[in-house]
Amino acid sequence: MKIVCRCEDVTEEEIIEAIDQGHTTLDELKKYLRVGTGPCQGRTCLKVIEKMLAKKLGKNIDDLEKTTVRPPLKPIPLYIYGDEDEE
Amino acid sequence: MRNKAEVVIIGGGITGCGAAYNLAKKGLTDVILLEKNFLSSGATGRCGGGIRQQFTTEWNIKLAMESVKRFEKMNDELGVDIEHVQGGYLVITDDEKEAEEFKKNVKLQNKLGLDSKFITPSEAKEIVPYLNEDNILGATFCQSDGHAYPFRVVQGYAKKAEEMGVDINKFTEVKGIKKENNRIKSVVTDKREIKTNIVVNAAGAYSGDIANMVGIEMPNKPFRHEILATERYKHILDPMIISFKYGIYFSQQRHGEIVGGIGDPDEPSSYNIKSSLEFVERFTEALGKIVPAFKNLNIVRQWAGFYDVTPDAQPILGYTEGVDTFIQANGYSGHGFMLAPRVTELIAELIVDGKTSMPIDELNLKRFEGETVGEAYVVG
Repeated sequence: MKIVCRCEDVTEEEIIEAIDQGHTTLDELKKYLRVGTGPCQGRTCLKVIEKMLAKKLGKNIDDLEKTTVRPPLKPIPLYIYGDEDEE
Repeated sequence: MRNKAEVVIIGGGITGCGAAYNLAKKGLTDVILLEKNFLSSGATGRCGGGIRQQFTTEWNIKLAMESVKRFEKMNDELGVDIEHVQGGYLVITDDEKEAEEFKKNVKLQNKLGLDSKFITPSEAKEIVPYLNEDNILGATFCQSDGHAYPFRVVQGYAKKAEEMGVDINKFTEVKGIKKENNRIKSVVTDKREIKTNIVVNAAGAYSGDIANMVGIEMPNKPFRHEILATERYKHILDPMIISFKYGIYFSQQRHGEIVGGIGDPDEPSSYNIKSSLEFVERFTEALGKIVPAFKNLNIVRQWAGFYDVTPDAQPILGYTEGVDTFIQANGYSGHGFMLAPRVTELIAELIVDGKTSMPIDELNLKRFEGETVGEAYVVG
């Protein structure tokens, strides 16, 4: 068993199964398995998943639909967005 | 994809997939569903997953109450875990006038059988220990409100519908609709033309564009609404907290992340779906007034989606005058996920039985020719 998404605890087998079930884009895999939606925001797993998806679909990685990168990229406390005077 | 069907559903969110499921359940499986992206790629997959029954119009209250009954049974019915949590909705206010309105609204809700109640700040603090009770005058609470994971609901509906014979097509865009003598003849997609008798317009924020294809003008307008999620935390919050005055709402999902948004009264109608820094600033400011400790939570991601807003913030349901076999199921104005289980059942009844178990004439598109009384409990 290989863990691919460490934030959300998702294995290689689970990802392959999800692709076989018809979740054939990164966006769908993110929604279905929550891969890449945890604290690291996919920095460790999405490249691996892209490779797996491309291989399964027989496509080039560059031809896959890209997923939207969401701010703020790294987890930061909400208070940072608040008033400058406040802590 | 088949090239003809009795019914074509446009839109693969909760309404489209729910309608597909309910039609099939009633025995009508000659149905094709078209979705231009993936299932729940629009508002359903972008929403906060809230399930609220505390509304101010009878229609919204009734549709929501009936929907909750269906959400409660959905795990068994659809064979998926929709992550339904009934931690209640705590509707707070710091405004005397609004508090008086709350009391009136609770009376209407109670009359319709909803177990909502007006509570004091200290009672609210018992429900949410982190609440800053100094900043609230009162609240209403309804325990059977809650939230679920919208993507799972859509997957459940779609899978069951497919098993019963519905033809579901992702990544298939509708390019036009052909009609003859006020009746629909076919739907043209980027892949092929589908002969059909009935079209269900479940395209959410794009419903107006779909309606234009048959020469119908809709009053719906799309508005961007932004939302964010924090890291996962231990269980710190039971209910969804919402303030209509500040337009903020937030809840803790079963996996531990806090998900919430805040409306912007100055947001213009558009298809802008970008995330903004200002949104997080406004969210944090309002959040800090309600639950100051939550400002220490770490934000992980933010995104946006569209509200499909009608002039009275109630959905548009039923047949369309002028194009007899064109059915509207849109215009939820931010409440589609929570109303759709019941709405899609009614749409299926309308198509299969020719009548509905609850009259929906007053939610027809033609209501906008006259005066309508609007829903007051809308975020943003």
